[in-house]
Amino acid sequence: MNPKNPPTGKTAGITAIPRIPLPPAAARITVIAGAALTLASTFLAWTWTQAFPGNLTVTGYPGGLQLLTLTGAILTIAHTLATTGTPGLRWLSPTRSNTATRHLALGTLATTWYTLIAIAVQLGGIVNLEPGGYLAGATSLITTLGALALPSGRPTPPPPPKPLPSWAEILIIAAAFGLGLSVLTYGIGTAYGELFTGFLLLTGFTTAALAKAGLITRLSRLTATHRRVTVTAAFAAAALFPLTQDTDEYTLIVVNILIFSTVALGLNVVVGLAGLLDLGYVAFLGVGAYTAALVSGSTASTLHIHFPFWAAALTGAAASLVFGVLIGAPTLRLRGDYLAIVTLGFGEIFRIAVGNLNGESGPSVTNGPNGIPNIPNLSILGYNFGDTHTLGGLTLNPFANYYLLMLLVTLLVVLVFSRAGNSRIGRAWIAIREDETAATAMGINGFRVKLIAFALGATLAGLAGTVQAHVSTTVVPEQYVFAGPVPPNSAFLLAAVILGGMGTITGPLLGAALLYLIPAKLQFLQDYQLLAFGAALILLMRFRPEGIIPNRRQQLEFHEPPATGGPIPLTKAEA
Amino acid sequence: MTTTAPAPNAPDDTPVLTATGVTMRFGGLTAVRAVDLTVNPGQIVGLIGPNGAGKTTFFNCLTGLYVPTEGTVTYRGTDLPPKPHLVTQAGIARTFQNIRLFANMTVLENVLVGRHTRTKEGLFSALLRGPAFRRAEKASEERAMELLHFTGLAPKRDHLARNLPYGEQRKLEIARALASDPGLLLLDEPTAGMNPHETRTTEQLVFAIRDQGTAVLVIEHDMRFIFNLCDHVAVLVQGEKLLEGTPRTVQSDERVIAAYLGTPFEGAPGTEEAAEVEAAEAHAAEDTDR
Repeated sequence: MNPKNPPTGKTAGITAIPRIPLPPAAARITVIAGAALTLASTFLAWTWTQAFPGNLTVTGYPGGLQLLTLTGAILTIAHTLATTGTPGLRWLSPTRSNTATRHLALGTLATTWYTLIAIAVQLGGIVNLEPGGYLAGATSLITTLGALALPSGRPTPPPPPKPLPSWAEILIIAAAFGLGLSVLTYGIGTAYGELFTGFLLLTGFTTAALAKAGLITRLSRLTATHRRVTVTAAFAAAALFPLTQDTDEYTLIVVNILIFSTVALGLNVVVGLAGLLDLGYVAFLGVGAYTAALVSGSTASTLHIHFPFWAAALTGAAASLVFGVLIGAPTLRLRGDYLAIVTLGFGEIFRIAVGNLNGESGPSVTNGPNGIPNIPNLSILGYNFGDTHTLGGLTLNPFANYYLLMLLVTLLVVLVFSRAGNSRIGRAWIAIREDETAATAMGINGFRVKLIAFALGATLAGLAGTVQAHVSTTVVPEQYVFAGPVPPNSAFLLAAVILGGMGTITGPLLGAALLYLIPAKLQFLQDYQLLAFGAALILLMRFRPEGIIPNRRQQLEFHEPPATGGPIPLTKAEA
Repeated sequence: MTTTAPAPNAPDDTPVLTATGVTMRFGGLTAVRAVDLTVNPGQIVGLIGPNGAGKTTFFNCLTGLYVPTEGTVTYRGTDLPPKPHLVTQAGIARTFQNIRLFANMTVLENVLVGRHTRTKEGLFSALLRGPAFRRAEKASEERAMELLHFTGLAPKRDHLARNLPYGEQRKLEIARALASDPGLLLLDEPTAGMNPHETRTTEQLVFAIRDQGTAVLVIEHDMRFIFNLCDHVAVLVQGEKLLEGTPRTVQSDERVIAAYLGTPFEGAPGTEEAAEVEAAEAHAAEDTDR
């Protein structure tokens, strides 16, 4: 068996009977024609009034949610043509997978029907739909039915990609990151909840389609060969973000996303690598933020001192480290569920204790439930983060300044995560996670190694907390709860790690971005927000238990068929 | 069969392992009672006994997973600390009866974890990635690859451990244990579930390990394997050491055969009682039929 080519899945070479009996050629024509008509329908009016956001009343050009349907329809047509080997489009579908076509058709259907239903619900009845809307609904349904009639299964494994010169590969990576950034920017900039929901539906299905089409595998192979370029490109793209913004509104959102993602990545050391379920992690963020607030020179601070930022950051990280060791030392002797409960308890103890250290029910340190307001803006070497700066014709507003600072912190945490994970200590963490008894029998001091993971995670969260204190200008105990509607809190942090993919770097970053954006954009769901959130998590765990970005190990764990050839490996239970 | 060649690692004659009066009680149950065992340098010692005789419990006492209720265990003359990781550090490595690999790590990573005690790069050197760190990682990897070549797993270095066939998982466990450069290797049923061919290969592997200067203590049920392999065999029955000696003496000892196959005991049901039972059963059957 060649390690580079593990046996392909059981679907290879087997063509299952399609759900709808139709000759493949006819099905393909149905898909293309349906998608073309859907495309045309986006140029018609879908509703008669501008009461529905996005102005879908114009005949002649698409607007608002119609643009999403348009994109979906174009992608469906392009991909269907690619699966038939149309010259010039073949790169779109290395696997020639009809499943990808189906995902794209479903994505278009979901976005379109969501729009129509949203119009009917908001405006009170389907009479508010114009013929264009009916056309869109019907044709997207026809497209999907045609796609379902396409033969399933994978006729051929994808051929190896044509070798490209490395400058072309780097260009592809840059283009992919550019595309990714613009999609993300579009999502962050969506002006109303309906558009964001449509965006999520379409992006979700399209991403699944890209994976099925084999494009994501190709891209990750490219990024693996050009690691340094990829990392640079990712951070360059991220650093460019504030320059695409004119106002503070979305820059504030992305700063908060970065803080949330960085803390999630810190938690990933504890949960993803060492396998310690920590339900009180947000307390370490709180320790960092409170420490920074106390030494920030705020008028409300009980310590009337003002540290420069580097010293405040170090103090905050060190305070978190101390707390991490103090909490970890007695609790890390516990395993599994017991550890989770104890950390949950410590998280709550932190919040309540901070609320009580107000001079009345305890020593006067934290100003109690009122927290520490008026935290001054940072100033590094005379560069005041609270002012708008113009550097070489580029305007950086206050949150853009914080964004760039936070990006540096994120870069540092990414570096720490990848270096620690890929070393003797990182292997020890994973070994402990896999089988603690065997790991100690291999000479690993379980307690010590777990304590290091716990302390490192705490330090990283504390570091992020020092920036958070300055961004939010106020720290109050209620920011650091176990579960609440606003991230970051312990439950959301854990969800970000699991949703994104445990043990990976990009996973928690992406998971945190999604978990921040979804509640922020879906305000119209109001009380049902957490319900929808829970349902989404259950669906995700059902269909993608390894998270959006799977760890190489977990991908194999959940989806690889047992190795063929040689005796069938026994599981532990059978041995 | 085989004679002890002086091991290069241990020129002196201090026993590698001395267990004296090891007793392990779980509440009222005495699983191991006053067992003495000595393993000399360069020896392969077998530990046999029927199921439930306390062999694995005794192993766990040796490796620090259990702290023996009474008795002492010394490794090359020094008392063993009661923590598994310290025992490994001292120089005793083990495999498990039920394979306990790190299933979602690659073959190479599994062996690298075994190197843990023999390297000391901490978190800071991992973060700074200085030349010393790179050198140590490279050396670890070289040693791990050496062991993978030794056990014949080198072509599979990047496979996940869980995807290896059963026999190779056993070999990987041995390679992982050897990575800590042990003076004594404890094998807990290394051929369980193997076919005769795989058993032969394992036998060769154990000899090769002995020839490299590592003493071996092995639990096994496969008698042919034990008698081919071992210089010395101890028999454990119901937590007590019945006897020990060369494979030849143990093989021919009536008590050992009795322990494995059983002997008629006094008051065993004779033909009369058996007939009575049969009659009673027939009667009961009649009753239910009616």
